[in-house]
Order: sequence, then C-alpha cells, then structure tokens
Amino acid sequence: MTMHQMPAGDTKPAYNYAYLDEQTKRMIRRALLKAVAVPGYQVPFGSREMPLARGWGTGGIQVTAAIIGPADTLKVIDQGADDTTNAVSIRKFFERTADARTTEATEEATIIQTRHRIPEAPLKAGQVMVYQVPMPEPLRRLEPREAETRKMHAWAEYGLMQVKLYEDIARYGEITKTYDYPVMVNGRYVMAPSPIPKFDNPKMHMSPALQLFGAGREKRIYALPPHTSVKSLDFEDHPFRIQSWTEPCGLCGASDSYLDEVVIDDRGGRMFVCSDSHHCETRREAGHRGTMLGDATASGFVDLSPSTVIPGDRREARDPFRNPTEQGSGMDPGSAVGSARDDGADMQTGVKS
Amino acid sequence: MTIETAIAAGFRDPVLQSQTAFRTLLAALSEPGIVHSIADAIAAPEGLHQASAIALLTLADYETPIWLPQPLRDGPTGAWLRFHCGSTLVDDPARAAFAVLDAAAPEPKLSAFHPGTDQFPDRSTTLVLQCAALAGGEALVLSGPGIPETRSIGPLGLRDGLVAELQDNAALYPLGVDLVLTHGDRLLGLPRSTRIGEAR
Repeated sequence: MTMHQMPAGDTKPAYNYAYLDEQTKRMIRRALLKAVAVPGYQVPFGSREMPLARGWGTGGIQVTAAIIGPADTLKVIDQGADDTTNAVSIRKFFERTADARTTEATEEATIIQTRHRIPEAPLKAGQVMVYQVPMPEPLRRLEPREAETRKMHAWAEYGLMQVKLYEDIARYGEITKTYDYPVMVNGRYVMAPSPIPKFDNPKMHMSPALQLFGAGREKRIYALPPHTSVKSLDFEDHPFRIQSWTEPCGLCGASDSYLDEVVIDDRGGRMFVCSDSHHCETRREAGHRGTMLGDATASGFVDLSPSTVIPGDRREARDPFRNPTEQGSGMDPGSAVGSARDDGADMQTGVKS
Repeated sequence: MTIETAIAAGFRDPVLQSQTAFRTLLAALSEPGIVHSIADAIAAPEGLHQASAIALLTLADYETPIWLPQPLRDGPTGAWLRFHCGSTLVDDPARAAFAVLDAAAPEPKLSAFHPGTDQFPDRSTTLVLQCAALAGGEALVLSGPGIPETRSIGPLGLRDGLVAELQDNAALYPLGVDLVLTHGDRLLGLPRSTRIGEAR
C-alpha cells in the first residue's frame, strides 16, 4: 500500500489517489489518447459508478480523475460561476481524494472542469479544459438509434443535420439552436460541443488549450487537440452568429462577455451580469464599474470618514452589510462577489420602492 | 537465466509515476512532433528504450494484447510485460492494441497492424516505434490538428519506405494506427490525424 492509499483519518475510507482505481484510469487514459488522435470522434468507455448521480458531471469527473496529478491546479465552473453547488462540491471532491490545489483564477488553473461555459479569459497553451457532457451525440435528437448514428458518423453522412438547420431557417428565419450548437471538427466529424452557449463556439476554434469531453451516463469520451479547426455549421446565406446583448454587464460594464439575465424583484426589474464570475470580479477589481454596481457610500449605508476606509480597498468600501471594524479581515473574494451582487439588487429595489 | 535477472523492476510508485507519464503521452499525441522527455527511474528491460517501457507500463494491462518482434518477445521484454502489465503477447499484429517496432526493421509493414473500423476507429493499434534518434534525420514536415502551422521532425534510422507508409497511414484518416516515436527517455507523438510531407 502506497502513501496516498493510506486512510488519512480514522473515519475516511482508503480510496486510491483521485478516487478511481488504476485499472479504470488506464482504460480512460487509453480512450483519451484515441480521442485526441481522432478529434471529434466519440470513443466509448466503461463509465464507472461515481459518488454522485449520473447527469451531475460524472463524465467530466472521471476524465479529470484520470489526468489530475500533484502538479495540477484545478478550477471548476458551473454555468460560468465558481461558487455554485456543483462547482463547489466537485472542487471539494478533488481536494479530498487527490489533495488537489484549487483556484478560481482562470489563468492559474492547469485543469478547468466546466459545465456549460468556456471562461472569458483566453485559454493558454498547457491548460486542459474538461467538459461535462450530458448528450455527446449531436445527431441523437434526429436519429434515436445508436447503430444508425454510428453509421452516419462512419460515412460522414451529415445531411440530416443540415436539413434540421435548414428547417429552422425556413420556419423561423434563423437557426434557433442557441446552445450545444453543432460543430464540424477537423473537417470530418460533427460534434456536440456540450451545452455551452453558441457564444462560446468560436473560442474552441484553434484554441491553444487541450479540450477533453466526458459523458458519464452516455459512456463517451471525445477531444479536441490544441490548434484544431472547429467550425460551427451554417449556410453561406445564413452565416453563424453569436448572441449579443443590448446592454453591458450591470456590475462590471463588460460589453463583450456572455451575460445572464437576473430577475431582481417581482415588479419586472432585471439586470444582466457576466456569467463568468471570475471574469466579472477581475474587471471590477481593475476599476470597471457597471451602472448597477452598488456603491455603499453613495447610498449612505456607510460613514465615509477617513478613519473607517482602508485606502485602495474598494471592495470593502462599497459593501453596506459589513461591519466597518471587520474591514481588511481577509474575507475571500468569492463572498465579496456575492455581496457585490446583493448590493446591486438592493440598490435597485431601494430606488424603486 | 533466472527469473530474478530476467524481470527488472517496474514503477516504484505506480499511481503517481503513471499519472506523470500519461500526461506526457497525452501532450505528445495532442501536439504531434514535439519531443518530450519522459525520464523516470525505471530499469527498462533489454531491447526496450526507457520511454517505450514507461509508455507500455502506463497504458497496457490485461485488456490490451501486445505484439512484439520475435527477439523481444522471447527475451526479457516479453517476460517483463507479462509480469508487470499482465498483457497477452500476440502473434498477429492485427490483433494488437499496442506494438513495439524497431524503425529500421523491414517487417512488418504499418498496414499489418489494426487500423480500426469505420464505425470504431478507436480500435486501432498504437505503435511504439523505436528510432535510432529523434533528431538529425531527414526532415519531415507535419501539419494537422495539434500543430499551429507546420512542425518539422527528423527521426533517424527509419527503414526505406517508412515515410511513404506513414503518409499512406495518414491518408486512411479517420482510420489508421497512432504512433509514438521513442529513443532513450524521449518520445514524440505521431497520430493518424497528422499529415506528413517531406521538406524541400
């Protein structure tokens, strides 16, 4: 028994490093190597039972478990946010089973496991994106039989997908698919990019990072090596377009990021905020301010006498709910984001009522 | 020859050593042509380069039949792989999941190995090709996934006609064998997706 197989405490079970046994890791690793050799092709693999339900990211977790090591720093995002339930529990899982270093900063991470988003900050060479994929087969909604879709991929028979996109245009005037928008990989395989918004599709094209996709329930692994051609399917007279918004992020003022619509009261009030929480926070720290970012001093929530404000700490100064005596106590940035969002919401209600 | 001298030690710490080695292999096959060092403290059996031995130790097990040239198979390498990986050693190259091949040996041809099927291209053989050196040979210009524009490699000691076989293999895409070229403790990846041209 090696060191990392030893029970850490009296109560903890003695799992192998990164939870999976070595035989399973080898099987997943072989699948990953075949996946990068044939970009976009879905390699079947023996998906294991994980300590959470299928559909909660078991594919991504198994891929991460097969590649993670002591030299890695892990970031996990769920819908762009580092602080949602799924992201927090997956980070904890790897902290516990693989002693993983974790981070919320995109540029510090070597492995980024994601559900439904690609970070706004550009990815770098050497980083690995791991996508959690609910439905790896882009043709499944059009052809339910696996034996048939397999033949369609084998013979590059993708007319059905083009017809589906054409029917959208004929009926609605545009392609209505806004997430999991099908892409052509390396000019050969049509691939489901997982339910990322089509806004993120262009980021996959020629990305310097390695991108791995794991579908636990559907038992498929596929991959995009760095610098691989990824083209969103479209027509010459209806070219692929990404989403755009009429207003910038309400908190950081970004006009080039993917925005979530947040309902903030029961009178129709709403705001748009960056879905990438780390990106939004980084921008605010750099001094960018959206129109709805709460300002505690302007609202009269805090007394702005020089003795209670720590110079240069804007985050503390605009938080109306913190006790001034606690300022500078090293509150983590994650909760600062939470409170900043509350500021905006409260500000708005305050103005309207 | 006794068993003790025939079978050298494998990984001291299988979990972390194979993880490190796998990340090197993943990087090598996802960015073809970049030479990686896979140095680790293992004693490779006679006939296997260090990098070949670590790659097989990392990836092979009882689920993956291995094809070896006759001298390796009958020597310490065969016993070493049977002991550490539990792999079956097969006679037919087309049945092998992994194979070790000397780049200078005239036989077998790359086409003798399993290229996968049109519905399951992942079932192809992964070939460990042991070269005389990974640099200094005739320049080959690579392009394809994992390569921003083009990338040059110059493996030394390839048999006559091997470059043409590699080109034929790439032309089978999405079928074809994937190769890991090794020498000493260094390796580079050459998956089937990589197109190969000769420099002029």
